[in-house]
Amino acid sequence: MLKQTLKWSALALALSLPLAAQAHKMWLVPSATNVSGADPWVTVDAAVSNDLFYPDHMPVALDRVTVIAPDGQAVQPEHGVTGQYRSVFDVHLTQPGTYKVAVINGGLFANYELNGEKKRWRGDATELAKAIPAGAKNVDVSESINRVETFVTNGKPSDMALKPTGRGLELVPVTSFTDLAADEPATFQLLLDGKPAAGLKVVAIAGETRYRNAQDELDVTTGKDGKFSLKWPHAGMYWISASTQDDKASVKPAKQRRLSYAATLEVLPQ
Amino acid sequence: MRRLMLSMPALLLAAPAMAADLNVTVQIPQLDVAEYHRPYTAVWIEREDHSVAAQLAVWYAQKESKEGAGTKWLPELRQWWRRGGRELQLPIDGVSGATRPAGDQRLSFHDGKAPLGPLPAGKYELVVEAAREVGGREVVRVPFTWPASAPQQLAAKGSSELGAVKLDLAP
Repeated sequence: MLKQTLKWSALALALSLPLAAQAHKMWLVPSATNVSGADPWVTVDAAVSNDLFYPDHMPVALDRVTVIAPDGQAVQPEHGVTGQYRSVFDVHLTQPGTYKVAVINGGLFANYELNGEKKRWRGDATELAKAIPAGAKNVDVSESINRVETFVTNGKPSDMALKPTGRGLELVPVTSFTDLAADEPATFQLLLDGKPAAGLKVVAIAGETRYRNAQDELDVTTGKDGKFSLKWPHAGMYWISASTQDDKASVKPAKQRRLSYAATLEVLPQ
Repeated sequence: MRRLMLSMPALLLAAPAMAADLNVTVQIPQLDVAEYHRPYTAVWIEREDHSVAAQLAVWYAQKESKEGAGTKWLPELRQWWRRGGRELQLPIDGVSGATRPAGDQRLSFHDGKAPLGPLPAGKYELVVEAAREVGGREVVRVPFTWPASAPQQLAAKGSSELGAVKLDLAP
């Protein structure tokens, strides 16, 4: 029962995420982004909250977590636990190179009127046909695709796991995701369906927001090639995000599509 | 073939006369702390673009464990790790070794010989980084021009995890 509620609330939240004004942030925080040794592991916190990175609102549903190993294959997260405010899981880094940890949410969102009453529905494509009653009027269906990611490198960085899937908003490195240092500029490329996402606003916010009186956002806009650069003012865990919408929904009768991307990146001192 | 074999000893004999020396002294400070562990330490040479010209030394815990013989914590030498430490297959003869105690640690390198190798003429920085379990981390840099035209003594000083770092160049 709890699991079911959680699943639905996570989905509902995921659907509402692209509306940046609604503010709740979904995030992953790994215990380390660079590891070494004969048997490296990291533990990852996964939660939804306003303040970065304090779990105080909702956990991320573990069945939404995907881990891609350096060889490009999916591997299972281990020791997963879901608490009141956060989920926790471990990643066993058995291969050298860079791992991608992702939470992928998506679905359909419908508004319609039935006998003069406004109704809302959330679900996936397989349920849509049955979910909207025959007499419904002014049916407005939209689709959403949301990705939340973080990256961990065992030894030398690699990029096989970072190949974009070509669906939704995604980030690819120009500067390695796990090779960031304070006062050094880093460049990344934002893609929409595998193509450069031009002119999108990207926001970066450092963690530990509880201990300062402003968000201190870094704002940047992607160029024609989808690329953008950020210069990290200090070391820390940063949450970077972007969102957009278009009319390229993959499921009929959805017209509008809302997309969001967020990643947690670690910036180390010089 | 015969000619090659004959010329090789000639080259070897000629080499020492040409060889420039690079001597490094790293002072590991005596620290009055409740829990002391010897620092992980790396010594390397960077080109002007921060790429690595030579990996000279890396000292880390050699204890055997399931997690690897002290290699688990090598990324704590953050600059060394990202500037090339992570590319290395450890251990490396003449480069990697056990952590060293407090005091002056002297290292000698010869042009053309591993691990310094043949260092082309140019501007470089000697970099020493130390990171200590339950302690701090510090990087000390000594810029130099290679080869030196006359014997030269250069130095820089750390303030916490490293003491004096001396670089003696011999032409």
